[in-house]
Amino acid sequence: MGLGAISVRGATKVYNPDEAAILALDNCSMEIGAGEFSVVVGPSGCGKTTLLNAIAGFHDLTGGEILLDGAELSSPGRPAKPGADRIVVFQNGALFPWMTILENVTFGPLAQGRLGPREAGAEALAMLETMGLSGIASDYPGSVSSGMRRRAEIARAMMNRPKVLLLDEPFRAMDALTKTVAHQFLLEVYDRTKPTVFFITHDLDEAIFLATKVYIMTTRPAAIKKVLEVDLPRPRSYKLLASAQYQALRQECQETVRAEALKAFTAGEREM
Amino acid sequence: MEIPSARPGEALPTNNPEPPAQSFPDNDPAPGRIEVESLYKSYETESGFREVIKDLSLSVTEGQVTAIMGPSGCGKSTLINLLAGYEKPNGGKISIDQKPVTGAGPDRLVVFQETALFPWLTTFENVAYGPKIRRELKGEKLDSVIMSLLRTVGLEDFRDKYPSQLSGGMQRRAELVRALVNRPKVMLLDEPFRGLDAMTRSLMRDYYLDLFERHKGTQVFVTSELDEGLLIADRLAIVTNRPGRIKKILDVALPRPRDESLRGSPEYLSLKAEALELLHEEALKSFKAGAVNSADFVGAYAAMG
Repeated sequence: MGLGAISVRGATKVYNPDEAAILALDNCSMEIGAGEFSVVVGPSGCGKTTLLNAIAGFHDLTGGEILLDGAELSSPGRPAKPGADRIVVFQNGALFPWMTILENVTFGPLAQGRLGPREAGAEALAMLETMGLSGIASDYPGSVSSGMRRRAEIARAMMNRPKVLLLDEPFRAMDALTKTVAHQFLLEVYDRTKPTVFFITHDLDEAIFLATKVYIMTTRPAAIKKVLEVDLPRPRSYKLLASAQYQALRQECQETVRAEALKAFTAGEREM
Repeated sequence: MEIPSARPGEALPTNNPEPPAQSFPDNDPAPGRIEVESLYKSYETESGFREVIKDLSLSVTEGQVTAIMGPSGCGKSTLINLLAGYEKPNGGKISIDQKPVTGAGPDRLVVFQETALFPWLTTFENVAYGPKIRRELKGEKLDSVIMSLLRTVGLEDFRDKYPSQLSGGMQRRAELVRALVNRPKVMLLDEPFRGLDAMTRSLMRDYYLDLFERHKGTQVFVTSELDEGLLIADRLAIVTNRPGRIKKILDVALPRPRDESLRGSPEYLSLKAEALELLHEEALKSFKAGAVNSADFVGAYAAMG
């Protein structure tokens, strides 16, 4: 696996430039190091997903540019091409329902011809083991819980050895307790190969527990308001959540977002 | 605040000389203590026999917040339904102030995740609905009680709006106030803030804390957020993986009034560490079991349709 450093420089995105002109990203810049677990937090509707889509190559920018390892990915009029070096895991899952979990996970490397069936199978089983999913390898997605589907999806993404893994609130539907378990599995996979991760959430606990750096965004139009370095040691365990060091980081993060949230709350907007 | 200082269980003070409506037998001064003994609940489902709650015993102290936490599918919502009297247990006993629970009753009010406001009534009218039906409060008195409650949750400017004109968080605040104005002995809250984003949720929690600390009353509050549980609760009951029973009860002896700043205190952190250990153990069991729990069932079903 290669490097995977992402530079976002002055990224600006206007939707409907001819009509309503909604400014979704306003001169947003960030430098994400190769192998960094970056987490972007901000209120719903603030433009986080717009940024993710620009990095993934689903749409272009109105201004600014995005580089991957120094090479231009996207600039105005030149959308990034979606590529196997960047893989997206969405909130709502995209496993093939007619394939077993194992078939889903081996699909990428087999389709690319990168691995033979036996190697792909062995690698997939090891990946499923790490994610705590070996018991459901031969089940179909429809017959396992949504939390397991989400993890299977991450396993499938990781099988393609992306430089960059892009996750848009993958655990949103889980309750807080289930999430802490899912986080441990995700970090276990991350610690093994250290891809660059771009993870979107509005859950501060999730952000701090996972991240190397937390990027806090303002309400729309989104710009980076603050970058928080999370210097908690890895591998991380849920026990960290009750540490004073963790709590201090959380406090700092909370204070930054609270005023913003209160504004949105009073106005009754941007919820859900 | 001009909130009348009625104790839970007493009728609200009123200028109205009429006695409270007979259909509201709430003159019992007893304060809302719940005893649950060896509760057992099972279902016969298409996929077979399923024990949801087994040998669950719990005392809920009157006038306190008891938070219930446990892994997904452990029977927390079933417990609320049993306490509310919406469902009947297959074994064991539930009593409130030594009176056995045999069905739903006005001494208990349930606040769900979904809004239950009447869409054709304004915020004010929704909140006034209960007291008006029971003819407990009228005119200016009713107005001042409701307005001071609405002020507590920041909705005074929205008194004449209809539910569809309110945001999700505002609807839930209206819901809390609507439940509270009826002065139930027992309030049962089943993840009332679930689905709100984390930041809105922490603000909702502050509103709830403020309401509780002003008005008290017995509260059973199901949550899956440990920090939410610790900040609101006097006692934290941890339920095991299904079939659910009480694994441990932690006394949350933190001072009130409470707010966010408690989270850094050594007492808080040591309670949190203890609870995390217990909860994580149960969550891992539930996670590894891989059972398709009921919430997931609904999700899977919706995805298929």
